[in-house]
Amino acid sequence: MSAADTTPANWVDVAYLMTAICFIFGLRYLSSPKTARLGNRISAVGMVIAVVATLAQGIVNWWVIGSALVVGAAIGIVSAQRVKMTAMPQMVALFNGAGGGAAALVAAGELLKVFRAGVIPTYDVSFTSVLSAVIGAISFAGSIIAFLKLQEVMTGRPITYPGQQFVNAIIALVILVCWGLVVANVPNSLEYFWIALVAAFVLGILFVLPIGGADMPVVISLLNSFTGLAAASTGFVLGNNVLIVAGALVGASGTLLTILMGKAMNRSVTNVLFGAFGAVKTTTGGAAAKQQNVRSVSADDVAAMLAYANQVIVVPGYGMAVAQAQHSIRELADQLEKKGVEVKYAIHPVAGRMPGHMNVLLAEANVPYTSLYDMDDINPEFERTDVALVVGANDVTNPAARADKNSPIYGMPILDVDKAANVVVLKRSMNSGFAGIDNPLFDDPKTVMLFGDAKKSIDGVVAGVKAL
Amino acid sequence: MTAHLLTELTIFILAVFVGMEVISKVPTTLHTPLMSATNAIHGIVLVGAILVAGALDPPFNAIVGFVLVLLASLNVFGGYTVTERMLQMFRPRVQAPKTPTDGQS
Repeated sequence: MSAADTTPANWVDVAYLMTAICFIFGLRYLSSPKTARLGNRISAVGMVIAVVATLAQGIVNWWVIGSALVVGAAIGIVSAQRVKMTAMPQMVALFNGAGGGAAALVAAGELLKVFRAGVIPTYDVSFTSVLSAVIGAISFAGSIIAFLKLQEVMTGRPITYPGQQFVNAIIALVILVCWGLVVANVPNSLEYFWIALVAAFVLGILFVLPIGGADMPVVISLLNSFTGLAAASTGFVLGNNVLIVAGALVGASGTLLTILMGKAMNRSVTNVLFGAFGAVKTTTGGAAAKQQNVRSVSADDVAAMLAYANQVIVVPGYGMAVAQAQHSIRELADQLEKKGVEVKYAIHPVAGRMPGHMNVLLAEANVPYTSLYDMDDINPEFERTDVALVVGANDVTNPAARADKNSPIYGMPILDVDKAANVVVLKRSMNSGFAGIDNPLFDDPKTVMLFGDAKKSIDGVVAGVKAL
Repeated sequence: MTAHLLTELTIFILAVFVGMEVISKVPTTLHTPLMSATNAIHGIVLVGAILVAGALDPPFNAIVGFVLVLLASLNVFGGYTVTERMLQMFRPRVQAPKTPTDGQS
């Protein structure tokens, strides 16, 4: 739109502008739990405006589009309503993958249309359509692998093989070469486009395979960012501003979260993505047998400890999600509060499998969000705390991260659980944590362990507290 | 680079800054709903899907168009529903008597 451009604005573009404003306000209102729901609805209104405006332009292929819309909506709504809160990370991954796949296909379709019309695509179009297709396909394939890992259809452990980085580099190179060929518009350049698309799909699979479950918060955020960027790039292909704005917003959000998650693990994002856990795994070896001095106690012992405390801090981890123990924990907190015990929750940024995972689960169990504390806010509190109750968390409480320079997680910010007067650790067994690292916390004389399924253990403690 | 592309790039860059600004204010408690909400927002690719599906020639229009719109539609409706479900669970300390069924399940 240069100064000389005096053509009247298309009303559809005006609608798109309104949509962009709705999205920005929608995200703005997410800054407080009080207004967040309103925000989501404003954002949804924006989406409706954009879709209705697009449909109202008059579309040809309406029966295909209409039926796909309805079927997609039905599947989306039903699965979103049925999914358990503990399965939320994989659901988010799946929807993210759907968006990425759609972005890749949109770019492919548009390029195909241009070629079929016998027109040579401009550099702008060919460059951005390969970009959309590649990022979208990586996001699609990566999200599916992330889904399969989180759903435990395949192992959550890192899958590594020799020459992994080399293979990935070769595929990346193939993509770059094809990209160049498409932009240069060599003969049969459409074929190179398909090669790039398939190669990106394979790369998406290969790049998530070696990433372990504990690193999922980083990957999920990154894939979210990818789909956003793919959508933005699709906006460049179609010359559609609302796609550009919305995609940029999502890309920014995903990138910010990815960086945040990396910081919470004291690892750079590249370190997470490119197989640092291969190195970490080598320390697993015989070291695990060292931990012998653990004290195992019964649920009633724990109940007594908790009931006579002034302040208890609950530290939830992925184990809480696996055991679905959040409702039992809320019940325990209710019982303790009846006895005048103050109960707080300490949330590590990377606890669980996606950013904010623990917060959602505790919210599901009706724990007020005002009782949940971030790491920086709660850490000074541990010194004044009688009992820290660690439920299925391990690495995020490991004091070795603070003290042991040789520990693979040295430097990772942790919850200072060991500073509490007493520590109770709920764990399924003495297996080391996900990262395969010993946790000196378990050897600490003030630590006691309650072994078993977290939900059953907590239910036992609740019964104990009630009996007191 | 065309002038048109430059305008679009300007829009993109500014939107990135707006996104960074707005999202840095989201508290960690809401990070999962944030992901889910942005997930729903990138469902805007549905607009692109409708435009492209409407413009494809046979035989692509039926199969590719259907898959295209289906994926995007799944993203949009699933994304917003999940976000809504999550957000309705977030509540401050409530004094009201809690429902007796809460502790189960």
